[in-house]
Amino acid sequence: MREISYAEALNEVLREEMKRDPTIFVAGEDVGAFGGVFGVTKGLLEEFGEERVRDTPITEAAIVGCAIGAAATGMRPVIEMMFMDFMGVCVDQIVNQAAKMRYMFGGKARLPMVIRACCGAGVSAAAQHSQSLEAWFVHTPGLKVVMPSTPYDAKGLLRSAIADDNPVIFLEHKLLYGKKGSVPEGAFTIPLGSAEVKRPGQHVTLISWSRMVDVCVSAAQSLAQEGIEAEVIDLRTLTPLDKPTLFASVEKTGKVVIVHEACLTGGFGGEVAALIADEAFDCLDAPIKRVAAPDVPVPFSPVLERHYIPNELQVLRAVREIV
Amino acid sequence: MELDREQRVGLLKTMLTIRNFELKLAELFAAGKVPGFVHLYAGQEAVAAGVCANLRRDDYITSTHRGHGHCIAKGGDLRRMMAELYGRAAGYCKGKGGSMHIADLDIGILGANGIVGGGLAIAPGAGLSARLRGTDQVVVCFFGDGASNQSTFHEGINMASIWRLPVIFVCENNLYGISTPQSRHQNIRDVSDRARAYGIPGVTVDGNDVIAVYEATREAVRRARAGEGPTLLECKTYRHRGHFEGDPMSYRTKEEMEEWRRRDPVERFWGKLREMRLLTETDYAELDRQIRAQIDEAIRYAEESPLPDPAEMMEDVYAF
Repeated sequence: MREISYAEALNEVLREEMKRDPTIFVAGEDVGAFGGVFGVTKGLLEEFGEERVRDTPITEAAIVGCAIGAAATGMRPVIEMMFMDFMGVCVDQIVNQAAKMRYMFGGKARLPMVIRACCGAGVSAAAQHSQSLEAWFVHTPGLKVVMPSTPYDAKGLLRSAIADDNPVIFLEHKLLYGKKGSVPEGAFTIPLGSAEVKRPGQHVTLISWSRMVDVCVSAAQSLAQEGIEAEVIDLRTLTPLDKPTLFASVEKTGKVVIVHEACLTGGFGGEVAALIADEAFDCLDAPIKRVAAPDVPVPFSPVLERHYIPNELQVLRAVREIV
Repeated sequence: MELDREQRVGLLKTMLTIRNFELKLAELFAAGKVPGFVHLYAGQEAVAAGVCANLRRDDYITSTHRGHGHCIAKGGDLRRMMAELYGRAAGYCKGKGGSMHIADLDIGILGANGIVGGGLAIAPGAGLSARLRGTDQVVVCFFGDGASNQSTFHEGINMASIWRLPVIFVCENNLYGISTPQSRHQNIRDVSDRARAYGIPGVTVDGNDVIAVYEATREAVRRARAGEGPTLLECKTYRHRGHFEGDPMSYRTKEEMEEWRRRDPVERFWGKLREMRLLTETDYAELDRQIRAQIDEAIRYAEESPLPDPAEMMEDVYAF
């Protein structure tokens, strides 16, 4: 199968879906001729024109609001937030408007809209361009939260996100944009709410999402050399969460390490740990461990940033504590 | 184009419906029948009535926390409104929204809003949608003087202006953002002055004169439908009640309130119709009686409607 990058996979599904469905439009800062800061919307302007590929001013609240108004009245917008850190300036539109409209209106509204944004550290972009803020949105009923880790998943999940009739926060790790992988041409979907077992194992379960999945797979390979078989689970979507896949693995291994790039306190790892403790306590043979960034803003200097981002060594250490 | 008798009486009917609805609601709230917060529209009726008389059923509005008047003027169903205010299953939102979230998407009401300025970002999206779908629908975005200091005021109007979207931004300047007078929350007297910053027309009218509101809106709607872009229309008005029911209103003087009561939009317009011999005292009394009967019927409907089933709480978070 041909190999394309994560960014190319996203670009491809946008193109395929826009061709298929005239109600889809793309809007955001520099998504037109510039093609998006990470090139995800490259070439869409030429193919679909200015009406459907809209450069916006730097005006996040209006971008999200615009998607809400359009989605509530028959369109299917896919908007780009550039860096998810910028969602700080439009949280009201996401959390108070988009997420709650359907519920507040007694089920009358449908808001088929996708908010794409990049997340994550690793390019010395410092504290306001490097965060993983998925927990904010997982904590808001009415939103779905998707965080693909491979080009294949990026394509299949974005197609499902576009087809979904709810606001979807679609988070792309900026270090993954260049990652290559096998991706079929044409339409295929990955349903929202389906986790993937990336690697089977019976001694310990590594639960992760987004870029940390690669760290976990790499850690699992190292562990295999010591005779420890780690099962790696990529949640892929945090809301809705695929609990059956999670619990099936915990039942098998009895040991859990949760790995995420967001800082530890209030991170989604705490929720996953609580769920397992609540609903699969009898399966556990050891305390649930979490590997996450420390509770500090993301630092700038490469040496500090390297120190900040959770790495394989920390995962190995956590596993050895319980296995 | 002169308004005919039927249209004028229609405007009065809308205003009187809003007035009677709100005053009745004040009583119901005081009697403890309506939970939560209510922000009444009494005093501002000429704005909703004059603006919405220019709209078609398929045009859109975004409304505010003070939204009952907009909903009634856009053609909302009094019974389902009242049932929602009562928190009943037959309400517009099945009792999940309440006063601040009444919506009727079938007639273009994209919702009241509990966040001041929330609709200013959403209205351009509905305008863009109309354009992309190739219709000539327009969007009216209602907001207050308080909201004109929110970032969404700038962001929404800027976006609508650069894309020439069919949106009419209607500022109901009732002179107070909750308790803070306009003179202390912005350094201008006319919110419409700000239109210049977006290169769009800015118009200020007497918001207690329903004909002035109607005519200014007519031009703004014409522009919007013709693809000429948005207008900022400021209507100077005054709320007769507090910011919310129960507001002690210590921030307004008696003299000021009395002065504005002399400019009551409903009384004024009824007086004009009487002068023009379009409506007799008997006609007016009959109109008022009919409206009150409708409101009583809405109350009956609400009170007879079942309470929401607790199991219903988990429904409608997501669309499937």
